[in-house]
Amino acid sequence: MALLELKDLNVAFEIPDGEVHAVTKLSFSIDAGDALAIVGESGSGKTQTMMAVMNLLAENGSASGKALFKGEDLMQMNAADLNKRRGKEIAMIFQDPMTSLNPYLRIEQQMIEVVMHHQGLTRAEARAHAIEMLRAVRIPDPERRIRQYPHEYSGGMRQRVMVAMGLLCEPDLLIADEPTTALDVTVQAQISQLMTELRAKSNTAIILITHDLGVVAGLCDRVLVMYAGEAVECGTVEQIFYQPKHPYTKGLLKSVPRLDQPDDSGLEAIPGNPPNLLLLPEGCRFRERCPSAHDACRDTPPMQLDGQGHAWRCFLGPTDE
Amino acid sequence: MTQDSGMLKHTLRRLLGLLPTLLMLITVTFFMMRMAPGGPFDSEKLLPAEIEANLNAKYHLDEPLLRQYFRYMGQIAVLDFGPSFQYKDWSVNELIAQSYPVSLTVGGLAMLLAFVLGTTLGIAAALRQNTRVDYSLMGIAMLGISVPNFVIAPILILLLAVYAGWLPAGGWDWGIASMVLPVVTLALPVTAYIARLTRGSMIEVLHSNFIRTARAKGLPESVVIRRHALKPAILPVISFMGPATAGLISGSVVIERIFSLPGLGSYFVTGALNRDYTLVMGVVIFYGVLIILLNFLVDLIYAWLNPKIRYDEKY
Ligand SMILES: Nc1ncnc2c1ncn2[C@@H]1O[C@H](COP(=O)(O)OP(=O)(O)O)[C@@H](O)[C@H]1O
Ligand code: SF4
Ligand SMILES: [Mg+2]
Repeated sequence: MALLELKDLNVAFEIPDGEVHAVTKLSFSIDAGDALAIVGESGSGKTQTMMAVMNLLAENGSASGKALFKGEDLMQMNAADLNKRRGKEIAMIFQDPMTSLNPYLRIEQQMIEVVMHHQGLTRAEARAHAIEMLRAVRIPDPERRIRQYPHEYSGGMRQRVMVAMGLLCEPDLLIADEPTTALDVTVQAQISQLMTELRAKSNTAIILITHDLGVVAGLCDRVLVMYAGEAVECGTVEQIFYQPKHPYTKGLLKSVPRLDQPDDSGLEAIPGNPPNLLLLPEGCRFRERCPSAHDACRDTPPMQLDGQGHAWRCFLGPTDE
Repeated sequence: MTQDSGMLKHTLRRLLGLLPTLLMLITVTFFMMRMAPGGPFDSEKLLPAEIEANLNAKYHLDEPLLRQYFRYMGQIAVLDFGPSFQYKDWSVNELIAQSYPVSLTVGGLAMLLAFVLGTTLGIAAALRQNTRVDYSLMGIAMLGISVPNFVIAPILILLLAVYAGWLPAGGWDWGIASMVLPVVTLALPVTAYIARLTRGSMIEVLHSNFIRTARAKGLPESVVIRRHALKPAILPVISFMGPATAGLISGSVVIERIFSLPGLGSYFVTGALNRDYTLVMGVVIFYGVLIILLNFLVDLIYAWLNPKIRYDEKY
């Protein structure tokens, strides 16, 4: 049984202009201990997918479909049952480390409350555990640092705290939403390194949301590519990087800076913009920007499967260019 | 440097910074009083010219204004507010000493009531945002803010004192019954304002990213609110309490009149009408010091609750 399986997840937001279809019929699954990357341009629905799973959507948002965690549907769960899993079995690290910690509470309070609540540890035990965790994410002098407030930490340090906090209860699933995007390059590398190490040590499954394909290769086994709220391609890292099938994935890969190319000459962002999520077009959502678009693409393309875990939503066959 | 000694330094510096404000207040009031037409002995009609001259000489009112000013400043430096012109057998110090407990009791209770009730209602409305409870609470609050004290007071008196007969319509005997109407009337507009303020800030806080983090931890919603949202939601209310003091004091002048309370406010009004310079000055200085001290206290509490300020001020 998969650790987490999404079936036909839809997420929509009610706004004065109408309904924003942020996620449409999204299905994927991740097994225990695996690492899955979700990639796609900004606005493709990556964050909101995970917010729906965690039941943290904004008030104007609503979700439908199934999110089976260890076989139980998180979407149908009452608050108490959900809270037994959030923070304990599923932890989430958010996109913005600067605002995701409570500025009015010491780091200590924010960390120990997780273990005190979920594992019934005493304050002293929880504190010792938290200090140990801060040391694991290489916060220097954790005994002193734990007494401080978030504003006494840099952005990179705060994200380390978030990572440490997420791992306190040794969750089965860690969702990391662009954990390094807001940070500078050296800190980015450190945090990715840290997550790779932590993954090697524990059996925590990771869903890594990123638009940095460089990080994906080092950390993940499988990749899900999202476009305009839909899954457009899914496969192993090798399949996605070396045999991409969907024109959007190919475009994404072309826009990644590569070490084997001396300058930025080969770099090209995909021209055009994603469709308006208020007014989604009929047929393939990528059609307006697709270099291979043809008449058939006015219909909705099917998900094609190659029988080896590689899937793509396009009319093009496995060997078409 | 430790955090606490930083706080102490900051506190002392702030206190010293308040002296010029006080000096300014005293000076402006002094000259404004003198600029108003009429004098303290005008009402005693047909005073023979020489008697009025004698009176003026006795109270140094015949001296040049600037000299009077410095004489007065020297006097209040030793906390002597002088004799009252109107209440001839009393010094201003005695009048204030005898009336301020009533004013402070009414004002203090009103402030307490406004804070406790206002924040409670505001939070209740925020947690039921856009429900009927929220709409009715905020509707009532809007009424409370826009209807002035002197309209609410007679209505309450009519309903609760005259018709129902549950409470006295005025007067003061240090009994709870005599306190209820003045305190409630005085507190109402401030309560309403605080309720709206709290509701707004609580809603804003509940949308912040760190609340989402707290929820993602699997904490029950009640803990999320108590531990994570309450303090930041209350902070704007704390800083409002300073200006609220000034509002409460001007409100209490009206309230004390309406309910015939033997407080400072009544002396202020009669003093001002009779050009009782020393009495008015005394009450103004008393109120001024009170407002300044309370604003200062509010700043301290705010800094104490806000770790960022504590940190920034500690160098
Ligand atoms: N509260 C909201 N109201 C309306 N639209 C929203 C809301 N939250 C997110 N969206 C929209 O949903 C879409 C998907 O957002 P998101 O999942 O955050 O994208 P990303 O892939 O960059 O993480 C975006 O177009 C975003 O504007
Ligand atoms: S279905 Fe057509 S338009 Fe869409 S990606 Fe495939 S080729 Fe391009
Ligand atoms: Mg995002």
